[in-house]
Parts: sequence; C-alpha cells; structure tokens
Amino acid sequence: MAAISQSTSGAGAEQKSATDTALAVRNLSVFFNDKAVLKNVTMDIAARAVTAIIGPSGCGKSTFLRAINRMHELNPEARMDGEICLFGDNIYGSGIEPVIVRRRVGMVFQKSNPFPTMSINENVTVGLRLNGVRDKKILAERTEQSLRMAALWDEVKDRLHAPAISLSGGQQQRLCIARALAVQPEVLLMDEPASALDPLATQKIEDLIIELKKIYTIVIVTHNMQQAARSSDFTAFFYLGELVEFGPTAKIFTSPAQKRTEDYVTGRFG
Amino acid sequence: MDAANHNWRKAKNTMMQTLAFACAILVILPLVLVFFHLVTQGASSINWAFFTQLPKPVGEVGGGMANAILGTFILITLASLIGVPVGVLGGVFLSEYTHKRLNWWIRFTADVTNGVPSITWGMVVYALIVVPMKGFSTLAGGIVLGLMMIPLIMRTTEEVLQLVPSGYREAALALGIAQWRMIIQIVVRTALKGIITGILLALARVAGETAPLLFTAFGNGYWTHKLTEPIAALPLQIFNYAISPYDDWHRQAWAGALVLILLVTAVNISVRVLTRDRFSRRSA
Repeated sequence: MAAISQSTSGAGAEQKSATDTALAVRNLSVFFNDKAVLKNVTMDIAARAVTAIIGPSGCGKSTFLRAINRMHELNPEARMDGEICLFGDNIYGSGIEPVIVRRRVGMVFQKSNPFPTMSINENVTVGLRLNGVRDKKILAERTEQSLRMAALWDEVKDRLHAPAISLSGGQQQRLCIARALAVQPEVLLMDEPASALDPLATQKIEDLIIELKKIYTIVIVTHNMQQAARSSDFTAFFYLGELVEFGPTAKIFTSPAQKRTEDYVTGRFG
Repeated sequence: MDAANHNWRKAKNTMMQTLAFACAILVILPLVLVFFHLVTQGASSINWAFFTQLPKPVGEVGGGMANAILGTFILITLASLIGVPVGVLGGVFLSEYTHKRLNWWIRFTADVTNGVPSITWGMVVYALIVVPMKGFSTLAGGIVLGLMMIPLIMRTTEEVLQLVPSGYREAALALGIAQWRMIIQIVVRTALKGIITGILLALARVAGETAPLLFTAFGNGYWTHKLTEPIAALPLQIFNYAISPYDDWHRQAWAGALVLILLVTAVNISVRVLTRDRFSRRSA
C-alpha cells in the first residue's frame, strides 16, 4: 500500500511506522442539546496516512473531525461520550487542556482564514509567537520550513512581509496549512480544504496532502468523491451519525461491503 | 390605459424621490445653520488670546478661555481612563464569553444607561462624590463623563467584535493558542479600528456635555492645580457666558461654541479617515 511504501522516506520527525495507530477512537458519541449527531463510533486512524471521511451533509463528519481536537467544545451545547487516544494519550483525560490537544492536532478549515492584520510570515509564526517563542532565528527557520512543506515558499519568499490577504484564494489556503504546520502538530485535520478552490488550486492541495503524509497523519473531510479516491489511503463512510464502513480506500470505492456505501460512492444518493 | 397607468407610476416615483431628497437635505441643513451662525458670531472673537489667556473680569476687554479648553482636555482624559478600559473590556466580555442570561442583562442595562438623561448622571455623581468630598472637583467631573462613556464604548466594542468572522477565532484556537491571547491578539486586533472609532465617538459625545458638569466640575475662572479643585470646561464656560447679561461675554461664548464644534468635527473627521483606511486596505 502507498502509505507503507512511503513511510521510509519520512523526514524522521517521529519514529512511528506507518502501521502505527495515530488515533484510537472508542465508542465516540457527540450530542448537541442531547441530540446525538455522532453515535458510538469506533475506529483506528493510521499514522502517516491519509484517512478520508465521506458522507452526505449532516452525517456528523465535521463533528467527528472537531471532536479529534476538541473544537466541538466551542459550542456550549455540545457533550461527548467515549474516548479518543492520540498515540496512546487519552485527549479527554482528566487534567488535559484542549489547548494542549490542539497543539498536537492541527486543523485547516474549509474557508481559508489567514489573519487579515498580519503579514505572510506573521501568519505562519503566529502559533509559535503566541505560545511564547521569541527567538527570531527559530521563527525564521520555521517560517521557511513550513512554507516549503506547504509548497508556497517559492511563490512568497520575496514578499514575506506583504499582507496575507494579498494572496490568491489557493495561496491563502496553503498559507493556512503552513500556519498549522508551523506549530509541528502530529495530526492534521482538514475540513473540506479545497471545496472553495478552483480545480488548479485543488490539484495543488491534493499533491500537498500526498506529500505531507510522509510526516503527518492526515484526516480529511471531503464532499468530493474523486478527491477521496485520489488522495486517501483509508476511507470512512458516515451516515446519519454512524460509521457505516471503514477500510482501505480502494476497497471502499470498488467493492464496499455495505449497500449504503456503494449507493453513496456511486452517486445514487447524497 | 396602460400608458396612463405608467405615467401615474412615474409621477409617484418622482414624488417619493423628491420627498426623500428633501428630507435628506433637512439632515444637512441644521449643521450648515449651526456652522454658519457660529462662524459669523464667533469667528471675530477668536484670536491668540482666546487660546492662551484666562477669562478677564467683567468690564475688562480681552481675555480668553485657555483654562476651559485645557479643562475640557483634562476632563475627557480622566473620563477616558475610566470609560475606555471598562467599556472595551465589558464589550469584549459581551462578545467573546457566552453567558446567555448575564449577557442579556448587561446589554439591557447598558442600553438603558445610554438613555439616562445627562443631568441625572450629574445629580447621582454629585450625591456620591461631591457631597462626601465636600466640594466640586475635577475628579467628580471626570468620573461623571467616564461613567457616561462606559455603555457607549461597551456596545460599539461588542458590535465591532461581532463583525470579526468566527473563522479567525477557530483558526487561532486550533493552533493551540489560549483563549485570552486569541481575543487580544486576533479578535481585538482585527477589530481595533472599529473599537477606536467607537472610543472617539464616545469622546466627542461627552466632550460637549454641560449638564452633568454643572454639579461636578462646576467651572473655574482660573487654572486648576489639583484634582480636588473645581475645573473649567468649554461647555460650562459657554453656558455661564451665554446666560450672562454682558455683550463681551456673549461674543466669547460664541467663540467657545465654535471651538467646541470644531473639536467635535475634528474627532469625527479622524473617525472617517480611520474607517476609510480600513476599506482601502481591504480592497488592496
């Protein structure tokens, strides 16, 4: 499988092999005002691989993603049940602050959201600076490294001090990816990262995802079936808050075990 | 018949347009009147002495409102020391921390407070500060204006913070940035120009207040050296001179009013410049 063959070429940031489990999700349920939007989900997400979450609108896939870095807690009506372990650490354990979890689990959103008051390099380093990193050398290094990883360095290296909002839509989204990478997370969550972009920009993001999985564990929510098929190693199909089927992407798209999965991936509903 | 109908519609449209235009002109007219009047009556009394000298006793020619002009600046500085931090932080609380019921009450209270007549403010601060301190004072004047600024600044701050897209908050939190840092460095920074605009408008509003100062700052014909002494302020001086029977004082009052309105206009223009800058940056 692709994930395994590429694992040896990783930059060596971590010593985990591709067959490791990055996220062990056990009996995860999420409720909004006691209405269950995610029901009893159990799955293992592989390290250094791309896991795609697909399903029709309202199936709970975004909620699932947000539960992985505890972003759903921003909604005061949200409540969760179950357990998620990140490389063995229960992220919902007692005394674990969401802030700590989010430094290990980064996130890229559907709508690119670079901070409008900041320049390109300020955007990249904001996560470090606001967590107390002052050393200019480290910041400069991390800026270049993150922008290179996000395949944006060559386009912006001569105007790092330009406002971030002067970039094009696709560049802004890659800047957001660089910003998330700069704090060196272990997992990168992507919530429909290319759905607001044109085909060319989408292509770049997809290439980037394949490049990034050498180092990072990536979970991506997408509405685009081709995108899931092209860029992921594993695919999970969610429907009405339940995990219907989860397995290698090739299998989900060619010979799914469940009738509902087959109907969805062949475009018969959703 | 169709044509007649069409003509009637056109006539109605023209009528409405004219009416709306007339009303729009009526909005501008009072300001033009005020400026015209103040300039014709007051401009001749504005000279160097007006800005540099103390008022002269009745009968003596000349003198100025230097102490009142400085007094107004001192009073609004004191007021800002109270109104800006409390108002801005209150607005931050309303916008960024969700306490549904508490927020409803704070918002409601702020709106009611905004509607409290300014003379009422003066009486309350008179009872709470002036009476216990046994005298009119600069401090009491600053406090009353500061209290009036709080709800104004709080509501505008809340409104501009609400305009900051929630995506920025989420993006910052997802980077593992603590909420208070996110609020200061991302949300407030993004909305900073709007917050400053709100502060300046609140300043312009209280700079012209007279009624609450009657019971608190009281006015002073001389320089003020301590916060516990009464202090002169432009609106107070204008009031005292305008109700006096002396022509010379009347002229000074006109000049004072002209200076005051120029001050308020200057603040409003700087607000315009600030907001225009924001739009030009967005389109860049």
